[in-house]
Amino acid sequence: MSKRRSDWESRPQARIRKWYREGFLALDNEIIDHLTRTTPQPPYTEDRLVAQQEEMASRQHERTLALERLDQHNVLAWARTRGRKAISRFYVVLALALSALMIFFLLETVALMPRFGDPATPGANIVSERYITKGLEETGAVNIVAGMILDYRAFDTLGESTVLFIAASAVLILLRIDRNKDGSPVQELIAAESDDRHYEPRNDRILQGSAMILTPIILLYGIYIILNGHLSPGGGFSGGAIISAGLILYLSAFGFEKAGRFFTNKTFTWVSFFSLMFYALAKAYSFYCGANGIPSGIPLGTPGAILSSGLIMPLNIAVGMVVACTMYIFYALFRKGGL
Amino acid sequence: MTLVHNFPFFSILLCMAAGIFTSVLKQRAAKALTFAVVAAVLVLSALTLRLTLTLEDAYAFMMGHFPAPWGNEIRIGRLEALMATGFSAVMLISLIAGMWHTPTVVSEQKVNLYCIMIDLALAAVLVLIYTNDLFTVYVFIEIMTIASCALVVVRQNGHTLVAITRYMIMHLFASGLLLMGIAMLYGITGHLLMVPLHDAVAHIVQTGEHMGPLTVVIGLITAGLTIKSAMFPFHGWAPDTYAFAPPLSSAILSGIISKSYIFVLIKFFYRVIGMDVIVSQQITPFLFVCGVSGMIIGSILAISQRDIRRMIAYSSVAQIGYIYMGLGIGTDAGVEAALFQMLVHAAVKSLLFLSAYELINVSGDRKRFRYLHGAGYRNVPAGIVFTIAAMSMVGIPFTGGFIVKLNLAISGIAMGGWMRALVLIALALSTLLNSVYFLHTVVSIYRKPTQEMEYPQVQKTPPHVAAALFVSALFIIYLGVGSEPILRVIETGLRTFS
Repeated sequence: MSKRRSDWESRPQARIRKWYREGFLALDNEIIDHLTRTTPQPPYTEDRLVAQQEEMASRQHERTLALERLDQHNVLAWARTRGRKAISRFYVVLALALSALMIFFLLETVALMPRFGDPATPGANIVSERYITKGLEETGAVNIVAGMILDYRAFDTLGESTVLFIAASAVLILLRIDRNKDGSPVQELIAAESDDRHYEPRNDRILQGSAMILTPIILLYGIYIILNGHLSPGGGFSGGAIISAGLILYLSAFGFEKAGRFFTNKTFTWVSFFSLMFYALAKAYSFYCGANGIPSGIPLGTPGAILSSGLIMPLNIAVGMVVACTMYIFYALFRKGGL
Repeated sequence: MTLVHNFPFFSILLCMAAGIFTSVLKQRAAKALTFAVVAAVLVLSALTLRLTLTLEDAYAFMMGHFPAPWGNEIRIGRLEALMATGFSAVMLISLIAGMWHTPTVVSEQKVNLYCIMIDLALAAVLVLIYTNDLFTVYVFIEIMTIASCALVVVRQNGHTLVAITRYMIMHLFASGLLLMGIAMLYGITGHLLMVPLHDAVAHIVQTGEHMGPLTVVIGLITAGLTIKSAMFPFHGWAPDTYAFAPPLSSAILSGIISKSYIFVLIKFFYRVIGMDVIVSQQITPFLFVCGVSGMIIGSILAISQRDIRRMIAYSSVAQIGYIYMGLGIGTDAGVEAALFQMLVHAAVKSLLFLSAYELINVSGDRKRFRYLHGAGYRNVPAGIVFTIAAMSMVGIPFTGGFIVKLNLAISGIAMGGWMRALVLIALALSTLLNSVYFLHTVVSIYRKPTQEMEYPQVQKTPPHVAAALFVSALFIIYLGVGSEPILRVIETGLRTFS
């Protein structure tokens, strides 16, 4: 019976009749009743008003915070993306304009300078005249450039060799990986070692074969250039560079182990120490004699002979050793942080 | 020529030889040698100063067998000897007060390399002070640049690497400008020694031939040296470098090295070109404007810092501004005030960096002002010394800073016109700004910590360090009380400088 009744009620005609009799109100009441039905109040929310106010306040606070964050984000986003782009574009334009201006001014200046090679330039004065005409007689060096840099203006050259030395020391500070106190390698050293093993070829027959032939020739040529520095174009700086090129070729062909048999960190330290110290002391003696008007007593020898021109040849050797050591240690430091 | 005449040459050679010798020493011996050499240089320079006070004129010293236009030469007068004495004294005090922190900032195996840098930096400073040859200037500026980079980067972290990259870019650019200027000057005169250069330049100014290149040369060399000494618009490399370097390095860099570039600039103006030509070429107004804006803007930037070492670095920009304002006034009185400021600032700035590091050290290696509260009680000597140095910065009477501001004001008043007004306004304004941030710093180191903070127990400042700091503070007070003889040496030295 009840089944039949509910069947009847769910039929459309019955629902329409119910709607017709009671309207929407009943349905609405049902919904409202459902929504507002309160659960039984536990004793701790006694002070419901206060709790509500607090909750509202905290929601308000969160809302403001969120808005602020949004604002900040918008501002920063502008600065991070479009602002930064605009500023960097501005900088690029400014830099280009400045460089163009500078190039223009400097080229303009070069155009106004005395012509190069003109016999009437201010450069052709008593200074260069004495270097050219009396250089051989006063310094004993056939190569007047060597005479200029190692005798007339030897203090500048002492400074230049010190530049190399201090540059090597600065790179040592930056790149040298020190071992632990007990001599065991640190983690970085092991990593650098494995990196080096990974990237550098080992036992390359072609490289080793050519290095076998070339290294002695290169070293001999470098030595020739240094020793002949006072007689022909060349000298310590160029000869040292050639020697270090030979050493670097040997190192890349045969590896650190074999090169370490004749060149270690200690070799670098002591060779550069002795050459620079010799340079400084020799020149200190010569400066002291020159300034105080004491004859230095160093014979100039016959011009053109290999043992001539006083201190210039030993100084060339010292400069050459410093240059060779410095360039070689640069290569080793940049490759794996030490020899 | 007596033995004493050789002393400047000895001190240069001594520093260079010590630098070379240090490369084979272990760390303790390296440190001892550095101390000994700097002390010896101080004694030699002081004896040279005594000698030059008895001489009427400066004397030239041949570096070799060949006289002036052919061989290298150094020239020693009162001003040079005074600067060498002052700078080596500052160096010695910085070494004593700053070297004991090296174990925390420098790895043990690299201490001797650090000592090499200190020795060679001092050698370069001495050469730049004494030399009479423009190319030697360039060579030793190269040494100085590399040495200062290494002094900063000896403490390796991200900050110093970024700072030093910026430093290198700016300084190599400046070196390039300088070298170009020197090459062009050689092209139009055919000389490198300063005395014959002066005659050649006078000839150019008289005949008007090659006047355009000469103007460019003055511009290039001035730009190069002002960039290197952190004049205001070119100061971008300075704050980070000074703030993150080891304390000793900051003291040396900001106290001595940046000043020797300015000394070279003054030498270039006076001895090579002639100050009258510089004034007529309108270089001084440019320096004046840069100096004044540096004084104001550097101070404003210093106020906005929250980190004590960056604050000191920015105040250094402001103080370099004083020097350039003095140079920019363009009269002898202005340059004298600038030279005196160089001495005072060398002493004060190195002292500020060193004592600030002591205060940071007792606050758990934290540099923000709010962590420094009460640091003046935790390390009493450093607090007192910092306060004295800050007073000198502000220009309280009886300190060196007061005499500087007084002399600048006097030389500005003598000028008349818009310059007088600007000098006085700039001095007043910058004193006010200086007092704002130094007062804030001093108050914050003597304030009670607001909340409970953990301060780690650190090693107490050794007595010799405290003594060195106090000696330096006394020196600053001496510069304020007994400045008359030093000012007279500067005045007479400047007369025989060109």
